[in-house]
Amino acid sequence: MSAITYREALRQALYEALEKDERVFLMGEDVGKYGGTYAVSKGMLEKFGPERVRDTPLSELGFTGAGVGAALGGLRPIVEVMTVNFSLLALDQIVNTAALLRHMSGGQFSVPLVVRMATGAGRQLAAQHSHSLEGWFAHIPGIKIVAPATIDDARGMLGAALADPDPVLHFEYPALYEMKGEVSGDPVDIATSKLRRAGSKVTIVTYGGCLPKALEAAEAVDGEVIDLRVLRPLDMAPVVASLKKTRRAVIVDEGWRSGGLAAEIVARIMEQAFYELDAPVARVCSEEVPVPYARHLEEATLPQVGKIVAAAKGLFG
Amino acid sequence: MRAPPPPSGKVALPAEVSLALLADMLRIRRMEEKCAELYSEGKIRGFLHLYIGEEAVAAGAMRVLRPEDNVIATYREHGHALLRGVPMGAIMAEMYGKREGCSGGRGGSMHLFDAKSRFYGGNAIVAGGLPLATGLALAAKLRKETRVTACFFGEGAVAEGAFHESMNLAQLWGLPVAYFCENNLYAMGTALERSESQTDLCAKAAAYGMATIKVDGMDVVASHEAAQRSCAHVREGRGPIFVEFQTYRFRAHSMFDPELYRDKSEVEAWKTRGPLHTFSARLKAQGDLTEARFLELDRAAQAEVDEAVAFAEAGTWEDARELTKNVYTS
Repeated sequence: MSAITYREALRQALYEALEKDERVFLMGEDVGKYGGTYAVSKGMLEKFGPERVRDTPLSELGFTGAGVGAALGGLRPIVEVMTVNFSLLALDQIVNTAALLRHMSGGQFSVPLVVRMATGAGRQLAAQHSHSLEGWFAHIPGIKIVAPATIDDARGMLGAALADPDPVLHFEYPALYEMKGEVSGDPVDIATSKLRRAGSKVTIVTYGGCLPKALEAAEAVDGEVIDLRVLRPLDMAPVVASLKKTRRAVIVDEGWRSGGLAAEIVARIMEQAFYELDAPVARVCSEEVPVPYARHLEEATLPQVGKIVAAAKGLFG
Repeated sequence: MRAPPPPSGKVALPAEVSLALLADMLRIRRMEEKCAELYSEGKIRGFLHLYIGEEAVAAGAMRVLRPEDNVIATYREHGHALLRGVPMGAIMAEMYGKREGCSGGRGGSMHLFDAKSRFYGGNAIVAGGLPLATGLALAAKLRKETRVTACFFGEGAVAEGAFHESMNLAQLWGLPVAYFCENNLYAMGTALERSESQTDLCAKAAAYGMATIKVDGMDVVASHEAAQRSCAHVREGRGPIFVEFQTYRFRAHSMFDPELYRDKSEVEAWKTRGPLHTFSARLKAQGDLTEARFLELDRAAQAEVDEAVAFAEAGTWEDARELTKNVYTS
């Protein structure tokens, strides 16, 4: 089997979803004629037509809400929001409608909606196109959050999300678009976190765009790397199992430190594995600034291999 | 705004249709009067938004809709749910927070839902239901189903971006949706002319190229006729339509509202236009209704209310151990 890029894996997943189930349609800004902001849906308008590859006006709130309605109406919409920063314009429909409807209606209405969006920094796109807000969304009961960080997950998570009866936010990482690998063909779930590298000295817990950095850092410190994959609901079992072996943990999260997802992971480690620890848990997060434009400043803002290695070594006194 | 003259003139409907419309309005009125009472007794808690005064809109519109159509409403939706076919007992039980309520006690007064009658709620985010209705209509169009999606909302919604985005999407895509705007002149306590530069609501929809109808929402005959015209427009595949029902809320916005923003004299003037008594008088004048028949309809509505309250009282509380049920499907 030949290697494909993360972008191509996402494209194949989307293509397959549209081909397999006629209830599936894609809707968003520039998904059709333009071919997708990140070229993920290139060529699909020609193949599936404008009804199922539907260009929208710049109306995130309107078309995300229309996606919720279309899901209620028996379809399986995939709504594409260009970046997570723009998803704030659609927050009301995601948080106040999609996430609540099933519970608020006493179980009468599920919302089988998938919202795809790009997230994260690393391309010098500055503060309004570079933030990592997955952790915010992971705060909300009623939605599921997935963060594909491997070729297999980029190829398989969309299909699993579409098969789920509840709303799923599918985060995609432009920083990984050119990453290459082979598709294993193994089944992909949206329920578990996974061990990505075995090691013995320290457990590095991460997700999304930081996974390659965590793997590189692990080489230097004999680290064990856990990829969370699903940010809600969280699967802590592999983290706890790993801590029994390593007794030390570093959480790597591109989100901001204060009130972020890394803080939640640390809290759960305290609740579930406190007596396994030989050192305080360390966090490597983005610095608490809006992501700046200049390359050296952007790099200084984000978690980097060097920072992860330093944090891991710091746990050994 | 000064109240126009009360609805008057001959009612050109078959007597049985007129009586059905009257009965519908009476059912809402008696149910909600009881709700207000139960609220004072502490049986119903939270927010309670009464529709009293506006019944002609839901009554006129709902009778036009078919079982396969979709309905979306706001937090002032007791009447819409009732006339759509949600049993009054299930509505009352929901307001009590009982398991037998139409949302299992999870929603309350503002979040009535009923899958069986395609009643998609009870949305308490102003304008929040508009994108949803737009999407339901998109699904109907893509699946080649012939159903109208009827979306009720107040005039306060026209200030929200969700309204404008929905108008544009629906017209751009030619969707089978009827936007029923219930203009009761106040967004909570803020009068329309204090919040909108353009107070002609139809002009807003027309700006998107959408067909519009403006109608006296205190006149159930006119409301019914406007709903018929608008649903025919949608069913014929002519795209979406916007209807402004000009109406008035006789009670406070919610039970917490001291009504500092409007004069009692204004409310009294609008009460002369009340949909129940003006319609009854017109029917009596042309011999379609007797006082005895009116009292009969009223007694039937009252009996339904008594039964609904008994049903709610006899309802049960959900076990709190089931609290997290239905956050996710599986």
